[in-house]
Amino acid sequence: MGDPLSSTPSTGSARAAINTGGAPAYLIASIFGALLFTVATVLSRDPLFQFQGWIFMIGFVLASAALTIGLSSGAFNQAASRYMDNVIKAGVIATMFWGAAGMLVGVIVAAQLTWPNIFYFPDFGFLNFGRIRPLHTSAVIFAFGGNALIATSFWVVQRTCKARLFGGMTAWFVFWGYQLFIVLAGLGYLAGITQGQEYAEPEWLTDLWLTIVWVAYLIVFLGTIWKRQEPHIYVANWFYLAFIITIAILHIFNNLAVPVSLLNHRSYEVWSGVQSAMVQWWYGHNAVGFLLTAGFLAMMYYFIPKRAERPIYSYRLSIVHFWALIFIYIWAGPHHLHYTALPQWTQTLGMTFSIMLWMPSWGGMINGLMTLSGAWDKLRTDPVIRMFVVSLAFYGMSTFEGPVMSIRAVNALSHYTDWGIGHVHSGALGWVGFVTFGSVYCLVPWLWKKDGLYSNKLVEWHFWIATTGILLYITAMWVSGIMEGLMWRAYTPQGFLAYSFIETVAAKHVEFIVRLLGGLMYLSGALIMIYNLIRTVGLPNTQHANHPADALPASAVLAGE
Amino acid sequence: MSGNRDKDPHSGMETTGHEWDGITELDTPLPRWWLWIWYGTIVFALVYWVLMPAWPYPGGYTKGILHNSQRVQVAQDLKALQAQRDVQGRALTNASLDQIERDPKLQAYAMTLGQLTFNANCAACHGAGGTGSKGYPNLRDDVWLWGGSLQDIQTTLIHGIRSQDPEARNSKMPSFGADGLLKPAEVNDLTEYVVALSRRPANQAAVARAAPLFANNCAVCHAADGKGNATFGAPNLTDKDWLYGGDRASIHDQIWNGRGGVMPNWGKRLDANTLKALTVYIHANAGGG
Repeated sequence: MGDPLSSTPSTGSARAAINTGGAPAYLIASIFGALLFTVATVLSRDPLFQFQGWIFMIGFVLASAALTIGLSSGAFNQAASRYMDNVIKAGVIATMFWGAAGMLVGVIVAAQLTWPNIFYFPDFGFLNFGRIRPLHTSAVIFAFGGNALIATSFWVVQRTCKARLFGGMTAWFVFWGYQLFIVLAGLGYLAGITQGQEYAEPEWLTDLWLTIVWVAYLIVFLGTIWKRQEPHIYVANWFYLAFIITIAILHIFNNLAVPVSLLNHRSYEVWSGVQSAMVQWWYGHNAVGFLLTAGFLAMMYYFIPKRAERPIYSYRLSIVHFWALIFIYIWAGPHHLHYTALPQWTQTLGMTFSIMLWMPSWGGMINGLMTLSGAWDKLRTDPVIRMFVVSLAFYGMSTFEGPVMSIRAVNALSHYTDWGIGHVHSGALGWVGFVTFGSVYCLVPWLWKKDGLYSNKLVEWHFWIATTGILLYITAMWVSGIMEGLMWRAYTPQGFLAYSFIETVAAKHVEFIVRLLGGLMYLSGALIMIYNLIRTVGLPNTQHANHPADALPASAVLAGE
Repeated sequence: MSGNRDKDPHSGMETTGHEWDGITELDTPLPRWWLWIWYGTIVFALVYWVLMPAWPYPGGYTKGILHNSQRVQVAQDLKALQAQRDVQGRALTNASLDQIERDPKLQAYAMTLGQLTFNANCAACHGAGGTGSKGYPNLRDDVWLWGGSLQDIQTTLIHGIRSQDPEARNSKMPSFGADGLLKPAEVNDLTEYVVALSRRPANQAAVARAAPLFANNCAVCHAADGKGNATFGAPNLTDKDWLYGGDRASIHDQIWNGRGGVMPNWGKRLDANTLKALTVYIHANAGGG
């Protein structure tokens, strides 16, 4: 995996010295993988295991072919003096593709909830709500969000460390391995492969694959930091590192399971009962905390100061809120299990740590917003800056709403209702979505060497349509959530529940229509963005001085030996 | 590049002297209001830990000086709820089903209670209006599989149908086709026979062939004339009411597979007064038999 940055070209020994970043090793591994899964698929009697085996086989065969062609054409010869940017381009494309796909599935799911009789396809069982709801959540969180994090982290860590990505082809393995994970998980849900745990639906084989990919990601990221040419590690990299390490730990512990057999897709987890629930929500909550919060704060810490051309507001605040955030977040999971079989003391800790988490979360918002002080005029002229500001506003709102909802008395009303859905979406659409859109709007002209975007007007349209969509979405969910929460707990004077469940569902119909409309608007905004980005890539290349360098500084290349 | 603590002209604040890819950081102190609110939340947590169950230790946990317990709380809440229900509910305790139905005041109360109970427990299968759907009987008509008297309805509610209750109403229509008890051609003939029973045009040759088959296999439960028998929950086959559908394919399917639905034994889940009220409610809405 070494990437020895051989910058002293020994012209005599010619081809042998060319560094292909470990591509031959990956070729051997791909061929081995293809053979392994051919054998496993032949031996297995479990059709769902065979289904996964086929996906693996196709993946490894495609990888072998690509590696063979790449090696013979010399496409992998490493330009050690340049940043590794093509893998980031691929990541940006994947981010937008999966984003649109995931949001589209979300709109379909919302339509199914609104008109269950019309959007019901008994002849296509894989389109049932129960199959495509996890497809939506995984697609937007892991496929859209995950790719955005991997792509931006590769950009940020190289630029702020003045170092080329560590590990040669490993970065490409991380990218393609992650796409294989997405396909395995997504098609698996449609086929009915699931362990039925929120945000952790994939079964053991897919989990193992993700573990391998994730460890490779950690190695690439840590290795790049290790060989940095800067004395200090930039704050964005702390957040990326916390995200990568913690997700690895959460993923492994929540998925500890014993497969029925090595040739069967199904497994049984080692935890049971309330322990299983606790581990699941320790995982689930920290997936929100470390993937959707810490990871995207990393993005914020690079792209906002870069775009606003302002210094970070407070270095001290970044240190204190970073450590406070990661220390406190990890305790907050039990607030998902208030008033359940979980012991009350555990609920107390979950609730109180959630409340203490409020200010550490807001530290990121303050640092982001105050970084813009001195550049507020850009709000008028730069719709991308406006997107960042709104993303921080939604971040601040949902990280205040979260601690409020974690209070047991509030949770008694809000739990299991649409309020939770609204809370998640103000964070996901407002914060995660907008900070990603803003970062991608920055990255595409940089990566493809353009002066700017094809159209700032279209960014304006994207901004306003999506913002209105989010507001419609979350207000509809607040109304329906509080309404159904109140209906569920309403008693008659005789002491009996006043409403049957189906009455509380029927009462939400109008809100569901508004939610669907909000989701459609958000999807439309993303499609406008994709159009804008495609046109941007199609613009003629320019060679202006204000492009970020794609070559490492000369000092870094020499020092890297 | 590092080590230069420049002054930011806009804020007047010094930078930390580090720079990454053009990004610098100001050395601004922590915002006071931020710090104080954070301290406030920490104090809140400390106070809450003293008051409520909070920290575990080997073999136990701190109970908190309020001795609050959600288990005790829920038991109290349920007791209070029962007391609230008993205010009017007690009147039902000593009254028989017939008495409740005859006393307008008791009946009105039973109807209110019955409707609430029905909506919360029964509507999921039988529909919000009780009109049922395929596989789930309509409770608003006069057709009863297991009898429609007050007593019959109450027995069905308490013990359920094909439930785990030892006194559950139980019967099992054989899977004549799937288990090979009849040949496929015979199932086809019987289908025609059942269609003919409900006075619809049918293949007369098939009906004639099926007559002895019906007598030998079906009449035990559905009676020789096909009018059914509530003792076995065997439906009347001569009317227009079909639990699993009355078209040829559905009838064929039922003879082939012999399905039978399950209803829970509500005696385990609802108290006696509620069950009485529910019985009266269902009986009143159906017209009874």
